[in-house]
Amino acid sequence: MNTSRQILKKYGIPGKLIVVEGIDGSGKSTQLRLLEKWLRFNNFEVFRTEWNSSDMVKSITSKGKKKANLTPTTFSLLHATDFADRFERNILPLLRAGYFVLADRYIYTAYARDVTRGCNRMWVRKMYDFALKPDLAFYFRVPIDISMDRILSGRPKLKYYEAGMDLNLSNDIYQSYRIFQSKIIEQYESMAKLEGFAVIDATLGIKEQQKLMREKIMRILPQKTKRTIQEIP
Amino acid sequence: MTRISSRPKKTSASTGRQKRTRSVKTDPVRSIKKRKPVWYGNSKLGGMPYLQEHDISGRLIVIEGPDASGRSTQIEMLTARLEADGFAVLNTGLKRSELIGEGILEAKRNVSLGKRTSALFYAADFADQLEHKIIPALQAGYVVLADRYIYTLMARNTVRGIRRLWSSNLYSFALVPDLTFYLDVDPFKLVHRVFAKKQSLDYHESGADMGLSEDMFESFIIYQRKLAKEFEHLKKKYGLVSIDGNKTQEQVNIILQKQISRFLAKVA
Repeated sequence: MNTSRQILKKYGIPGKLIVVEGIDGSGKSTQLRLLEKWLRFNNFEVFRTEWNSSDMVKSITSKGKKKANLTPTTFSLLHATDFADRFERNILPLLRAGYFVLADRYIYTAYARDVTRGCNRMWVRKMYDFALKPDLAFYFRVPIDISMDRILSGRPKLKYYEAGMDLNLSNDIYQSYRIFQSKIIEQYESMAKLEGFAVIDATLGIKEQQKLMREKIMRILPQKTKRTIQEIP
Repeated sequence: MTRISSRPKKTSASTGRQKRTRSVKTDPVRSIKKRKPVWYGNSKLGGMPYLQEHDISGRLIVIEGPDASGRSTQIEMLTARLEADGFAVLNTGLKRSELIGEGILEAKRNVSLGKRTSALFYAADFADQLEHKIIPALQAGYVVLADRYIYTLMARNTVRGIRRLWSSNLYSFALVPDLTFYLDVDPFKLVHRVFAKKQSLDYHESGADMGLSEDMFESFIIYQRKLAKEFEHLKKKYGLVSIDGNKTQEQVNIILQKQISRFLAKVA
């Protein structure tokens, strides 16, 4: 049947899939946007996609989502639906067409969050087994205090599910957020080795982090294109 | 029932009812033996490890079958009968959840969801109903009559080229029903029943999204055959009880009622 793997065999997938992962406030989105600029400057075709951003899925769920209380399972399934829509509509076709696809969060976000919410570890992994393995998955490692400072300075109002309030960790939304994020870090750390994350120290300067990322990217580029790569002036 | 108007009367009436409950056979709601819920998953691959395994006292009965196989008529008849027998009954079906029930109808109109996306969408909708409707009703002692269950959802996935194993893993969070019937109807006969109902074939029940044929009639037949073939596999794997749905409504109902009564007599 048409599994991702068989499509890969038949047509090949010339594009590159680059993923950034990490808790909120780890600086991953900033880094991904800088990477996008650099790749575009070097004439690559680039597509950037964000977690939980499918318009289609949003329009369909928005009606019910406010009324219904989400359980860990429905929460997980709705995010998987969103991912599947972006995967089927954008990510896979664009990779097959040779694009650089930059994903701000990927299946590892679901692994971390859903398991923290109480879903079964294997169940979540098997659900996402149609997804392609990224060519590079960067994990932005950051101490909880630094990420909290970054988040709270820019965006003081926390959302209910974002803070993990559904888990009854604490009645205080900031305390809940902190505990929830710490648990997510544990999940990321536990999968870092197995999933082959390229770990970036997110306490470093923005430029320094970007440099490390570009070096990693250079290694997966074909020889021909490597010679022509330039820094953005 | 007489309406109770004044307070002292109400007290006496309610104690009277309690006495009746103890002595008379047909009490308002017949209670069913408690048991542990059974899930398709296990500790390695269950979907809802966070759900505490409370005992349930209700029972879950599923009617599966293709479009126009007479499921809803049968469920109506069964509901009336079970209620008359003193059971509390809840009807559920696919596509009716608070979460996205409306959304699925809307998406169907747009016809632009990929196969994996719609598979997960239906799973989310089902999970919502399972957790918010079916499980609470079972805990409260209801007989839940479900108009379709995970089997239809899995069959639809398979005929669209999704691996069976992926679907069965996905639905490992589901509760195992106590009884599942499959109304087996010849696809050609189905067409006639559909036409008798509305003179046109439903886009999705014809599998028109799959591009099986330019011809809607042909598409319907091919699609229904594919589903029926997949159900042959599901019947064996999940032990569905096959009922010859080519018979009349009344004949089918007699068979269903007999089997359900026999089952409930053992547990009620």
